[in-house]
Amino acid sequence: WDETHFGKMGSYYINRTFFFDVHPPLGKMLIGLAGYLSGYDGTFPFQKPGDRYEQHNYVGMRGFCAFLGSCLVPFAYLTVLELSKSLPAALLTAFILVFDTGCITLSQYILLDPILMFFLMGAVLSMVKCNTCADRPFSTSWWFWLSLTGVNLAGAMGVKFVGLFVVLLVGLNTVYDLWDLLGNLSLSLVMFGRHLLARVLCLILLPLALYTAMFAVHFAVLNKSGPGDGFFSSAFQSQLIGNNLHNVSVPEYLAYGSVVTMKNLRMAGGYLHSHWHLYPEGVGARQQQVTAYLHKDLNNLWIIKKHDSNTADLSDPSSPVEFVRHGDIIRLEHKETSRNLHSHQHEAPLTRKHFQVTGYGINGTGDANDFWRIEVVGRKTGKLIKVLRSQIRLTHVATGCILGSSGKTLPKWGWEQVEVTCTPYLKETPNSLWNVEDHINPKLPNISLDVLKPSFVEILLESHMVMIRGNSGLKPKDNEVTSKPWHWPINYQGLRFSGVNETDYRVYLLGNPVIWWLNLVSIGLYLLIAISTTVALKRGVQLTSQLKELSQVLLRGGGQITLGWLLHYLPFFMMGRVLYFHHYFPAMLFSSMLTGITWDTLLKFCTGFLSSSTTARKAYGGGILVLVLIIMYSFYLFHPLSYGMIGPMASDPSSPMAGLRWMDSWEF
Amino acid sequence: MLGFLKKPIVVTAEINMNLLALTVMGLISRLRGLSYPRAVVFDEVYYGQFVSLYMKRIFFVDDSGPPFGHMLLALGGYLGGFDGNFLWNRIGAEYSMNVPVWSLRLLPALAGALCVPLAYQILVELHFSHCAALGAALLILLENSLITQSRFMLLESILIFFILLAVLSYLKFYNLQSHSSFSGSWWFWLLLTGVACSCAVGVKYMGLFTYMLLLAIAGLHFWHMIGDQNLSNVSLLCHFLARGLALIIIPVAMYLSFFYVHLALLYRSGPHDQIMTSAFQASLEGGLARITQGQPLEVAYGSQITLRNVLGKPMQCWLHSHKNTYPIRYENGRGSSHQQQVTCYPFKDVNNWWIVKDPGMQQLVVSNPPRPVRHGHIVQLVHGITTRYLNTHDVAAPLSPHSQEVSCYIDYNISMPAQNLWRVEIVNRESDTDVWKTILSEVRFVHVNTSAVLKVSGGASLPEWGYRQLEVVGEKLSKGYHQSMVWNVEEHRYGKSQEQKEREVELHSPTQMDISKNLSFMAKFAELQWKILTLKNEDTEHKYSSSALDWITMDTNIAYWLHPTSGAQIHLIGNVLTWASANVAALIYMCLSLWYLVRRRRRIYDVPEDAWQLWLSAGGICVGGWAVNYLPFFVMEKTLFLYHYLPALTFQILLIPIVLQHLSNHLCRSLLSKSMFSALIVAWFSSVYLVYCTFSPVTYGEPALSVAELKDLRWKDSWNILIRKR
Repeated sequence: WDETHFGKMGSYYINRTFFFDVHPPLGKMLIGLAGYLSGYDGTFPFQKPGDRYEQHNYVGMRGFCAFLGSCLVPFAYLTVLELSKSLPAALLTAFILVFDTGCITLSQYILLDPILMFFLMGAVLSMVKCNTCADRPFSTSWWFWLSLTGVNLAGAMGVKFVGLFVVLLVGLNTVYDLWDLLGNLSLSLVMFGRHLLARVLCLILLPLALYTAMFAVHFAVLNKSGPGDGFFSSAFQSQLIGNNLHNVSVPEYLAYGSVVTMKNLRMAGGYLHSHWHLYPEGVGARQQQVTAYLHKDLNNLWIIKKHDSNTADLSDPSSPVEFVRHGDIIRLEHKETSRNLHSHQHEAPLTRKHFQVTGYGINGTGDANDFWRIEVVGRKTGKLIKVLRSQIRLTHVATGCILGSSGKTLPKWGWEQVEVTCTPYLKETPNSLWNVEDHINPKLPNISLDVLKPSFVEILLESHMVMIRGNSGLKPKDNEVTSKPWHWPINYQGLRFSGVNETDYRVYLLGNPVIWWLNLVSIGLYLLIAISTTVALKRGVQLTSQLKELSQVLLRGGGQITLGWLLHYLPFFMMGRVLYFHHYFPAMLFSSMLTGITWDTLLKFCTGFLSSSTTARKAYGGGILVLVLIIMYSFYLFHPLSYGMIGPMASDPSSPMAGLRWMDSWEF
Repeated sequence: MLGFLKKPIVVTAEINMNLLALTVMGLISRLRGLSYPRAVVFDEVYYGQFVSLYMKRIFFVDDSGPPFGHMLLALGGYLGGFDGNFLWNRIGAEYSMNVPVWSLRLLPALAGALCVPLAYQILVELHFSHCAALGAALLILLENSLITQSRFMLLESILIFFILLAVLSYLKFYNLQSHSSFSGSWWFWLLLTGVACSCAVGVKYMGLFTYMLLLAIAGLHFWHMIGDQNLSNVSLLCHFLARGLALIIIPVAMYLSFFYVHLALLYRSGPHDQIMTSAFQASLEGGLARITQGQPLEVAYGSQITLRNVLGKPMQCWLHSHKNTYPIRYENGRGSSHQQQVTCYPFKDVNNWWIVKDPGMQQLVVSNPPRPVRHGHIVQLVHGITTRYLNTHDVAAPLSPHSQEVSCYIDYNISMPAQNLWRVEIVNRESDTDVWKTILSEVRFVHVNTSAVLKVSGGASLPEWGYRQLEVVGEKLSKGYHQSMVWNVEEHRYGKSQEQKEREVELHSPTQMDISKNLSFMAKFAELQWKILTLKNEDTEHKYSSSALDWITMDTNIAYWLHPTSGAQIHLIGNVLTWASANVAALIYMCLSLWYLVRRRRRIYDVPEDAWQLWLSAGGICVGGWAVNYLPFFVMEKTLFLYHYLPALTFQILLIPIVLQHLSNHLCRSLLSKSMFSALIVAWFSSVYLVYCTFSPVTYGEPALSVAELKDLRWKDSWNILIRKR
């Protein structure tokens, strides 16, 4: 399943070829590192799910992920212990995580999620630890936990952007903390300033530094051209060994008579392209097609000409070179077919509100609809136009529209290239901006492109922009069946990891339903208890000291965990991208911890009514034991889900999973 | 006896002349020359068509919001005697004589005018001085964008009116709370809050956010009451129940009633029918109801049926087959079974008829008594005209190679046996023995041999050989429920003719029998509401669309109307000075609050406690109102326009006098600085008025300006003022 993705990216690191992914690089770097250390040579192609690994050494990478995944249990245990000071609560949580089939499945394979969850839980644990050290600020352990929180935050952010939510959680906790300190009048403002500075240093500056360092390593390691090039701008590509923009030299300023290629500035935008084929009948005027093409090709070459004079004198070697200036009116002639870039008031083939763009004229003679005004964004008239660095807008003189690429793919007649239109809506979008990439003019001196070597900050910004756009580009298609956030807590539908048919070795990602439904019930219970407790406190009900302590644990500790759960769950409802079941697992960790705390408190509270303290203790221990036994038995029932099942489908009574398909939507 | 005659009869009336004057001015500013221009202005073209449909009682679905706003506009048309006969096709088209322009535009204009006194009252209820309240009302009065928006058949001014009304009535209620709980006026204002909230939500979904804000504020106030030990538990419960009733139950009931009226008014079938399910369509007069009226309800063995796909996207279609076969080889070289094509066809056709057959029997007629088909039964589906059986097998489908091809079986004698058994699964069944019902039942067909599910593939239409009809496939991995796999019977009759010739005649004849069924209101409501929320409009680009960030600084405008010959035009442009001041006020408010908050935390009190409470509650309403009406737009994916910002702007404008009064009361210490400050305010107010006057030609559309004057008005380069070329 997704191993094909992340395993492949691990291989890229080992081979040092550049690639593009919507997630930040840390997780894949760690996978790559684990693979490298365990002797994996990066040659396995990771073509499609289900391929056999054969002789390749993949155990290192899987083992690494599984190790991180198993660290979650002690982390959760310690966190709950720290929050509730109750061993049974912590044990309950630990058992839940140990015996959850979903967590096991997810951490067994080469995926980003175990790494993400490791850092996330690490951050939570060190935050909680740091809170308990609050009574002795600036001690060694305080500094240690505080900076460890920062490190983990950087790690979580560096694996997936979902790490942002844990940053938010820690941030809110810190703000609350500081607000508390501010109200403490025994603390002088100077001391408060020191507190503030310490937190800024450890929780903002340190993670930021680590995060950028991570990207620095990423770009330093990946210095060869690879499959991710096309997503990035020309300047970026010039940095990669093996890319055709690497170490080339071109004339710096655009001149008349030059042969150029124009690249659209939208992400994965193509080169302005034309070919001998005409638009078919019924699609605008029957003239030559103009498209955007993602690959490098001779048909991408255009010649820049003045709008009023023709070619002859320009090819003459003796005549002086004349540069193109901002605001000039030019004509673009297609080199192969000698037709001019042309637009008119026919509707474009796909985007009906735009105008059609065609190639028109014979041997460079056309009409007034071939004239385009060339403008550079953010420059004044009369300035020269730089190759690669200037962002160019081409305005059609006759209709006032702007040349742009809509990003839609043309049907068969257009060879499935991308549509180019002339848009009458004058908006600044990268769709309607171009830059000149190749530039051939024998009369001009070449300069090396190293001049435009982007700074590290620019690279960082650009890669983030590309990642964010890539993320928002992951939209579900219309008829695709997607997972909805409300499916998740009720364990409505799992995810098939491998194997479809009866004979295959099948692994199915699905949480242990008993545990998940217990978690769900616990959230409801917790809210009920917490609300009634706060109302009781607000009404001024007098509580015994033991109950006070319980309510403190419930509200303070449980509140933090609930906040974590909310932060890791609710934002998914607003996301437009494709969502998968495994996105819920970070939230599931929080909800498991909440389950531990809730049941522990509830049992303590209920048994508190019993008359003698020994029976109370027995009842309490018995309650916890029953819960643990139920969890273990359910794991016994469902363990084939994560360790793989062979044989007939669950609908068949002879299958080991017969009778366990409690919901129709489960597909094992 | 006659003692009462000893005293004169005295009527003491207290009239707040401020309020009266403001109302009158508001009315003048909004109603002046209301029926000019006598042409379709901007979105009137959009809302107008719905008004026409209301007048003609034709059903429609509008995804832009709930129906209450549309109904109010239609009410204007109804009062003006509009017959609905106008073609709303183009902005700028002249209205014909039968369109009562004045009364159509009256309601939005009245709502806009009443916002002025409402603003005054809100500030008074927030315990600010009458001077500040007057200032707020004047700023609303002189805001060009609000004027423009309320003078046409648009919904924003109505929305703003209800939002302000809700806020005002909540404040009134809250101020009565301390001394006269459960009195008559207490109840009145509490209930009015709920009613106004539901009206706001009913006009546009944006109203929901203000409703939420008020709920949150009410919750906060109630939380303080819980802490009040003087209140008994019982009275606390009463308070809680009263609020629950007025702020939750009544709005929900009102909201339902909007839909009830909407559905009661629109009982004729119309252009949007096809979005709805068959059952819904059958409940409308005309359209499908005419065809399906009197069909037998239960599908039996031998029934002749048409099967409609429930998804209805990209278009509604019916399961279809015809004589032509799949080509032996496709363009890309893959092979097919060369059997008869099965497609999904978007038009009614005799080839859409199928006959339900019991696999164990030969007959194709309904026995007497009919044997109904139930959930889980195995059936064969016979194509009526060609008498071939619906079949699927392990051959890749023409366009979706991962799915199975569905065909009507032709025996070529090539060891490819017929696999034509299908299990009927009723998706919306109540029990496992449910009978398959016409129109009501949603059914999946699961292939018995391969457990593939009959489905319309993702809207892909077949090439020439398939006549561009939609592809039907057998989906092997049925990933849960998806509407493209679900079908329902639309037309239905009991087959009578055993002979093929007779049957063809029968298939061509229209259906006729007699039962009628009606959906309950709640079912209709649920469906309509769901469609409104999920319907998506494709076109996202518009010349005047803008992004939410542009609104704060008013970097964009919208041209509403241009006179066909002269340069007279109407634009949505706000009062620049007011917008800028509102931003500054919001900024000052937030900075000052933060400053005070931090200082109070260190036990330093800059302002007296009661002033601080005033400051907080005023900010909670105004800044909160601004935030909830503005910030959600950043995560919305629909096309945004400048007018979406107007509700937020209204709240922001209310903040200006609050901040000003606070500054003059608490930060201007000396008498001199106070009078200086007052002088500044007066100067600033007069410049607001000047700006208003400057832009009023493009607000009211008259007088026509010359080219030079228009160019002078273009204060920002990003504004799009239409200048006619000579």
